[in-house]
Amino acid sequence: MEQIIIRNGHVVDPSSRLNEQADILIRDGVIESIGRNLQVDDAQDIDASGKWIIPGLCDMHVHLREPGREDKETIESGARAAVAGGFTTLACMPNTSPINDCQSVTQFIIEKAGRTPIRIHPIAAITKNLEGNELTEMGELIECGAVAFSDDGRCVANGEVLRRALEYARRFDRTIIEHCEDIHLATGGSMHEGTVSARLGLQGIPGLAEEIMVSRDIQICEYVCGRLHIAHVSTEKSVELIRAAKQRGIHVTAEVTPHHLFLTDEAVTSFDTNTKMNPPLRSERDRTACLAGLLDGTIDCIATDHAPHTITEKEVEYSLAPNGVVGLETALSLILTHLVHTRKMDLVRLVECMSLAPRRILGIPLAVIASGMVADLAIIDPEKFWVVDPSRLISKSKNTAFRGWTMRGATELTIAGGKIAYSS
Amino acid sequence: MRKGTEPGTILNESEIRDVIQRFAQEIVSTYPDLDQIAVVGIQTGGAHLGRRLVHAIADLVRHEPDFGILDITLYRDDVALEINQPIVRQTDIPFEVSGRIIILVDDVLYTGRTVRAALDALIDFGRPRAIRLAVLVDRGLREFPIRPDFVGLEIATTPEQKVHVRLKEQGESSDQVILEKGD
Amino acid sequence: MPLRNKDILGITELNVDEIDLILDTADSFSEISQRVIKKVPTLRGKTVVNFFHEPSTRTRISFEIAEKRLSADSINFATSGSSFSKGETLLDTVRNLEAMNADIIVMRHGIPGASHFIASRAQASVINAGDGAHEHPTQALLDMLTIRQHTGTLENLTVAIVGDIDHSRVARSNIFGLVKKKARVILVAPPTLLPHRVDDLGVEVSYDFESVIPRADVIMMLRIQRERQGKVLIPSLREYSRYYCLTPDRLKLANPKVLVMHPGPLNRGVEIDPGVADGPHSIILEQVSNGIAVRMALLFLLGGRSSREQSN
Repeated sequence: MEQIIIRNGHVVDPSSRLNEQADILIRDGVIESIGRNLQVDDAQDIDASGKWIIPGLCDMHVHLREPGREDKETIESGARAAVAGGFTTLACMPNTSPINDCQSVTQFIIEKAGRTPIRIHPIAAITKNLEGNELTEMGELIECGAVAFSDDGRCVANGEVLRRALEYARRFDRTIIEHCEDIHLATGGSMHEGTVSARLGLQGIPGLAEEIMVSRDIQICEYVCGRLHIAHVSTEKSVELIRAAKQRGIHVTAEVTPHHLFLTDEAVTSFDTNTKMNPPLRSERDRTACLAGLLDGTIDCIATDHAPHTITEKEVEYSLAPNGVVGLETALSLILTHLVHTRKMDLVRLVECMSLAPRRILGIPLAVIASGMVADLAIIDPEKFWVVDPSRLISKSKNTAFRGWTMRGATELTIAGGKIAYSS
Repeated sequence: MRKGTEPGTILNESEIRDVIQRFAQEIVSTYPDLDQIAVVGIQTGGAHLGRRLVHAIADLVRHEPDFGILDITLYRDDVALEINQPIVRQTDIPFEVSGRIIILVDDVLYTGRTVRAALDALIDFGRPRAIRLAVLVDRGLREFPIRPDFVGLEIATTPEQKVHVRLKEQGESSDQVILEKGD
Repeated sequence: MPLRNKDILGITELNVDEIDLILDTADSFSEISQRVIKKVPTLRGKTVVNFFHEPSTRTRISFEIAEKRLSADSINFATSGSSFSKGETLLDTVRNLEAMNADIIVMRHGIPGASHFIASRAQASVINAGDGAHEHPTQALLDMLTIRQHTGTLENLTVAIVGDIDHSRVARSNIFGLVKKKARVILVAPPTLLPHRVDDLGVEVSYDFESVIPRADVIMMLRIQRERQGKVLIPSLREYSRYYCLTPDRLKLANPKVLVMHPGPLNRGVEIDPGVADGPHSIILEQVSNGIAVRMALLFLLGGRSSREQSN
C-alpha cells in the first residue's frame, strides 16, 4: 500500500466546493480523505504550505506530431512536457502523418498514450484526409477512443460538408471543433493585417478571414442544432459573434491561446519566427477583447495550440517559417503571472477554464479532488520565479513565443492517474 | 312455370325451395355420374342459389358435387358505361374445369350479357365439356342468343319493370322474388 | 363510390375512403395471378403507355404484367435512344402521346412534380410510378395492403421506416398513407439522412435503431446509397451498416410477430442481412405479388373512366 499525504496546501476545486487550506491523503492512487491535520503513518509526506492545489489541467488543443514527425515531438515527450505544465489530460489534433481519419491511427495514438502517465484523447478528423469533402466514419472512430472531430490546420471550407458534419456528429453527441479561416481571404499572409503589417511590408491576414467563418459556422450550428467549438479565437469581432450566439442559446463554445492573451502584432517587429502562428497575433484591441471574453465566460477555456517545430524549420525567413509555437510548459505560469497575481482572474476561474471546461466540452470525466476519486492534481508554487529558457524546455521542440519572459508561479508537482508524474 | 305480368311477389319462399329441388332432381337423373358435374354460381345471387343446389343434390344422393363462385365484373362488356364503380367480388374455382359439365347458376336471366361474360370467364379457367345454364327467373328481353337449360319461372316483362331476388343469405327475412312496376 | 380524380399522382391526393377502395379492389385482383390463364379482358383495347424517364426494371415490369393481365395494350417508352434524347421536351412528348390517344400514362421521372405536369396537360389518366424523391403511391399502396393482409388493420400499428428518408419517395408516400390511416410512424436514420423539419410530417424520429425495434409491429428497411446528388451524407456504407443494418441480432429485439419489409432492390448485407431478408418475418416477396394486384386495381379503377368521359 502506497500512501502520500499532501499537507497544508490551499485546495481549490469548484466541483467539490473546495477553496480552503486542507491536507489530502492519497492511498494507492485514490484520494482517501481531505481535511485538517490528517494523521497517518507510513506515508510520503509532501509539504504544500504556501502552495496551491488544483485539479489536473486539460489542454484540448495540442499537436503531438506522432505519427509522422517524431522529430518535433512524440506522444511520450509531449506527455512529459504536459505534466511539467500541470496538465494531466490532453486532446491531440489529427493532422499527423498519416492523418488520424481512420481506426488504425486512432488506435495507435491510444496505445502510445497508454504508456504515458497522463490521459491523451485523440481528436479525429472531420473529413477524410482533411480534404474537406467526405465525412470520416465518426461512429467507429468514437468507439476506438476519439472524443471530438476537427480538421484543424484547415477550415471546412464547404458549408454543406460542415452542415452534414454537425448533423452527423449529433447522432453521437459530439463536438465539431472548427479552425475558422476563409482560406481565400487569408491567402499569402504571415501576420495580422493592420498597422504593423503596413509598416513591415509583410502580407497580412485580416481578422475578417476568421470572423466570416465564425459567423458562418455559428449559423450552420444553429440551423442544425449541432455542437460547435471555435478553436483559437483571436479577434474582437469573433468574440462578439460568440457572445451573441450564446445569448441566443446556440450550442457554441470557444477557446483562446495564451499567446493571443498576452502578445500582439507588435511582437512581430523583431521578425522572430516564434511570433508566427495561425491565427496570427492580432492588434491590442483584439487582445483586450479576447481577454475580456475569457473573463466574462464568452470564451470557455484556454487551450495552448501547442505546435512544436524543429529549430531548422523555424530558423528561416519570416514568411517561410511554419506557423506555431509550443505552449504546454508556459501556459499555467503565464495565467498565474499576468491574470491571477494581478487579480484579474481568481483561482476558481482558472480551474474552470483550464481544467473543467475543456473536459466538459470534450465529454470526458472531470478531474475532481474529492474522496474516492483517483488523484489527478497539480501543486503550484505561486511564488516561484523563473525565466523562460528554450534550451531548458522538456518538449522536443523549443519554439516558444515567451523566451526571456519572467514568470511568477510554476508547477511543483503533478499527480496523474494516482501517481506522481512530475516533480520539479 | 307461370307467366304473368302483375307486380308483386312472383315467387315465395316455398316456391323457390321447390324450384331448387326440381333442379336437383333433373340434374341427378340427367347426369348419373356426378363426378362429371360441377356447379358454378354467378355472384352474388347465383352463388347463394348454387350453394343451395349443391346441398339439395347432396340430400338426394349423399354426394356433394364440386362448387365454385364466379365474379364476372372483369369480363363485362359495359365496364366503361357503368355509372357506379363496379365492385370486384371473389372468384373461387377450386376444381379442374377442363372436361367437366358445368352447371352455371344465376338468379335472373335478362339480356344474356352476364351469362355471356360468365362463359368467357369459365373458358379462361379451362375447357369444359359442356356448360348448362340454370336460372331462377327468366324475364325475357334477350339481346344475345342465350337460352337456359333449367328455369324456375318464365315471365314476360317490359324493360321499365324490375325483378328483385331477395334471399335469406343476403340478410332478408324470407326468400322472395318481386316484380316491381316500371316508372 | 369511384375515385375522385382521373389520376393517381400521390397519396397526398387520396382520401382514406379512396385508399380503402383501392386496397379492397386489389385484394380481389390477387386471385387472378393464381390462375393458369392469368388474364381477364377488362382493359381490352385500352392503350397504356409506360413512360419511364428514369430507368427502372422492377417497377416497369410490374406495371407491364398488370397491364397485360388486364388485356390492355402495353407500350414501353424509355427516354434514352428516343426522340427525347434528341432534345424533345417533356411537354412535346406528352402532346405526342395524347395525339396517339393513350388512355393511361404510367410515368416515372427523376424530378418531383413531373407527373403533375403531365396530368394537368393530358386527357389521359396518369399514374405516378415515382417522381424524384417526392411520391411513389403504388409502392405505398402495396405496402399498406401487405401489412393489412397480416394485421387486419393499419390503425395504431407502429411502423418503423429505416434508411435514407430524405431521398426516398417510398418513405414519403408511406408516411403520408400510414399517417392518414392512423398508424404510428417512427423514422430511423442518422441525422444527415432526415429531411430538415421532418417532425412536421406527424412522425416520430429516432437516430437509435435498437431503441425503436422492440416497439415496432412493422420494420420497413429502405435501400441506402452512399452518394446522392454529389453529396456525401454518410462516411461509408460500412459505418451506416454498423448502426442501421437489420441483423439477426437486432431482429431478436423485436416482438415475435414483427413484419420485415423492403421495397427492393435489396443491398444484402448493407441495410438488411440476407438471413433476415429470406427469413420467416420477411414479407418482401408478398410485397412484390401485391404490387401487381395493386397496379391492376388502379388500372381497372381508372381504365373505365376515360371511355366513360368520352362517351358522355
